[in-house]
Amino acid sequence: MTVEATAGPAVRSTPRIQSELMKSRVAAAMWFLVPMLVALAIVAGWPLLRTIYFSFTNTSLNNLYGGDFVGFKNYLSWTTLKSGRTVFSGLLVDPAWWNAVGNTLRFAVISVTLETVIGMIVALVLNAEFKGRGIVRAAILIPWAIPTIVSAKMWSWMLNDQFGIINDLFLNLGIISQKVAWTASADTAMTAVLIVDIWKTTPFMALLILAGLQMVPKDVYEAARIDGVHPVKVFFRVTLPLVRPAVMVAVIFRLLDAMRIFDLIYVLTPNSSATKTMSVISRENLFDFDKFAYGSAQSTLLFLLIAVMTGLYIWLGKVRFDGGDR
Amino acid sequence: MARIELKNIRKSFGLVDVIKGVDLEIHSGEFMVFVGPSGCGKSTLLRLMAGLEDITSGEMYFDGQLVNALAPSRRGIAMVFQSYALYPHMTVYENMAFGMQLAKSDKDAIKERVEKAAEMLQIGQYLARLPKQLSGGQRQRVAIGRAIVRDPKVFLFDEPLSNLDAALRVATRLEIAKLHHQMNNTTMVYVTHDQVEAMTLADRICVLRDGMIEQVGTPLELYQNPQSLFVAGFIGSPKMNFLNGEIASKFGATTIGVRSEDIDITDREGAWKGKVIHSENLGSDSYTYVDIGTDEPVIVREDGTSKHAPDDAISIAPQPGRVYRFDQAGKPLKN
Amino acid sequence: MTMDLWAITKRVAFYALVIFIVVVAVFPFYYAILTSFKSGTDLFRVTYLPTSFSLDNYSAVLNVGDFPRNVLNSVFVAAVTVLLALFLAITASFALSRVRFRGRGIILMTILAVSMFPQIAVLAGLFEVIRFLGIYNTPWALIFSYTIFTLPFTVWVLTTFMRDLPIEIEEAAIVDGATPWVIITKVFMPLMWPALVTTGLLAFIGAWNEFLFALTFTSSNATRTVPVAIALLSGGTQHEIPWGAIMAASVIVTVPLVILVLIFQRKIISGLTAGGVKG
Repeated sequence: MTVEATAGPAVRSTPRIQSELMKSRVAAAMWFLVPMLVALAIVAGWPLLRTIYFSFTNTSLNNLYGGDFVGFKNYLSWTTLKSGRTVFSGLLVDPAWWNAVGNTLRFAVISVTLETVIGMIVALVLNAEFKGRGIVRAAILIPWAIPTIVSAKMWSWMLNDQFGIINDLFLNLGIISQKVAWTASADTAMTAVLIVDIWKTTPFMALLILAGLQMVPKDVYEAARIDGVHPVKVFFRVTLPLVRPAVMVAVIFRLLDAMRIFDLIYVLTPNSSATKTMSVISRENLFDFDKFAYGSAQSTLLFLLIAVMTGLYIWLGKVRFDGGDR
Repeated sequence: MARIELKNIRKSFGLVDVIKGVDLEIHSGEFMVFVGPSGCGKSTLLRLMAGLEDITSGEMYFDGQLVNALAPSRRGIAMVFQSYALYPHMTVYENMAFGMQLAKSDKDAIKERVEKAAEMLQIGQYLARLPKQLSGGQRQRVAIGRAIVRDPKVFLFDEPLSNLDAALRVATRLEIAKLHHQMNNTTMVYVTHDQVEAMTLADRICVLRDGMIEQVGTPLELYQNPQSLFVAGFIGSPKMNFLNGEIASKFGATTIGVRSEDIDITDREGAWKGKVIHSENLGSDSYTYVDIGTDEPVIVREDGTSKHAPDDAISIAPQPGRVYRFDQAGKPLKN
Repeated sequence: MTMDLWAITKRVAFYALVIFIVVVAVFPFYYAILTSFKSGTDLFRVTYLPTSFSLDNYSAVLNVGDFPRNVLNSVFVAAVTVLLALFLAITASFALSRVRFRGRGIILMTILAVSMFPQIAVLAGLFEVIRFLGIYNTPWALIFSYTIFTLPFTVWVLTTFMRDLPIEIEEAAIVDGATPWVIITKVFMPLMWPALVTTGLLAFIGAWNEFLFALTFTSSNATRTVPVAIALLSGGTQHEIPWGAIMAASVIVTVPLVILVLIFQRKIISGLTAGGVKG
């Protein structure tokens, strides 16, 4: 009775009727989301804001709450000397920082490029039908499963200048004429880091590309074979365009990941300025050199860089979803 | 037992209007079939009755009670889905008992109700099995059984036979018809795109088109007295023959329709002359496709076997008084 | 004849490539095992095949120092992190995949963005929060901070999994009178076991391997996790690196992971691609 009495006018005034079911579902959804959102706010949102705040102060590690606001001093400041010369200081004119930026970009671009190319080759091999394919797939999962720190240690033992197996092997094969201090020498440190990272991460790339390859319908290849198209041409004209969306996503994922590399470099080539990346130099300032605020400024800049790239990714991702939906 | 009233029901998804003002009364204990081509809104209308979708505007009453906002579980309905929608990880028994368990019913009462329903549908020996161990037809019975256990006032079927093969479809159709007789207090609403299912099962049929009701009536009313060209063409198999142009204007109509069984092969005056394209002999009767110069061939039904070979010249004529006349808007003209 | 020769060459080249891939992938791990069983001066003679067998390195690692304790720390931290993340993620991903509400797109974008976060960007702020909560140098500091990458990952992957569950089953449950909580626990969870195991395993590996937070938020040998312990493992003197012990420790923490990964390989591949390609 009451339902009928109240419902009449309600229908006339509001065009949309929220049913019990929808109301209870939306309410449940809110309750389900709140804990997750609160958790993310505490572990990600708030700390990020604090880091950015610290970068505008002169906070030190031993006195977290004693810092004063100093504006952009950590980023850039200048004083004009009596002689009229202006002296700049701060992060934006710090050669060590720009060296780290250069290292990070060099590392990210080279490693992701090589991983993509090698990953593509491995994926093509795994996509072929042959005996023992399962074993190969299992084998390439091993580098992925090994913790980064462990692979760094394993490789630094293999790359050891005196007792390393790599030097031994290369000497025997005549590739090098004398033992090389792979991780210690500035000339080869980056190469060493790249070798280990490529070894460890190519499987991930290969598996993602393989998943993309397996979504390509088989009859496309059969049609090409019947038409007598050369396999190389098939790869560039058919396979590559079809897997490009999957590869692009994987590349961007990896690129963002490579930009924040820390552990491999920290362990494999400690204190080598030839490989020091943005993450490594930030942590050094934060916790080792007692330049907490300066380190915060460096992490803030890295965050900004990655935020821009993430924004690009999400934007590109949207383009892909709209355009790729045949 | 429930009488269902729909008053000016509308439903839109975003900017798309799917149901555009439906008024309908379904009597208590009636078997009502919603039929129409895909995209006509019949499934949406059923889901509105189930409460799985929000009504955009209008009112829906079950036994005089407004149910617009009522949760599905409190409407006294049960629903059989097209894909069966059985819980894959539960046995047949658990599938059927789940609703009553959630309602905190007494264990013995659940057992009794499940076993009774299982017996009714002859699935008693499968109670301990998982859905994946059953055939398609058995799964559909379990889905129906799960609905029966809920002891619903209103039984909703969403194209329950479309996943079954032809033979099983006929058998299960019969099963559902039997169910309706056994549960003659329960209102049943059944959605299908298959007009044969509609004709064989329904007490009344509601033909939908583009989110609006085209016609409501008993199967025979719809067959004999279609209120539009659309209904005339939709109900009946084979499809009613439609003829336009000169032939129709002789009858004072834009379009005339004649069912295949209402056409004689005769030389009488005014008969349409044509050529046989093909004959389908089904044993008890036969259908002959005749080209009389219209866009589509005219289909003629004969008892027994057809003796016409392709390319035979033939004359056909509608039986007097068996011609449906329609105006330009597709509405019937009174005789 | 020439065609045959060409075909054989192609075949040989293909299998040579396959063998090369397998050797490169497996050799470092093989060499670590090989080294871990060498002792004394043997260690410093390069050999490609096993020549001697000694368990000295293993007994050194397991009996001296805090290494067993470090393993327990890692197991505890990774397990609790994963359970917490899964618990929060299951309900959240139901809301994100199954309920239409305003703001859903923004929340999904935020989660994706957080999963791309450079950890270094929150390091300073997290350090402050952890100090404030008084959990510095305890396993809780790590469990707390690991949420930043396990939670977005599990939510994202479970959301893509849950989106694919048939809608009619959920509707049948709604008609049966199931609340969202009942739908999650009684209907969806039993259907999602494979997805939960995969996601949990991937998150576990992530937490097990984490280094930056573990290095920063613990300061004593007894609270360290395995990666930090291995990185900081040092010998008797400053300049002597205990390679044998390091390799033994590496093998100990890697073998269980490799076995798990090989058992769950298919599921892991599908989990990775669900998080990647569809993301």
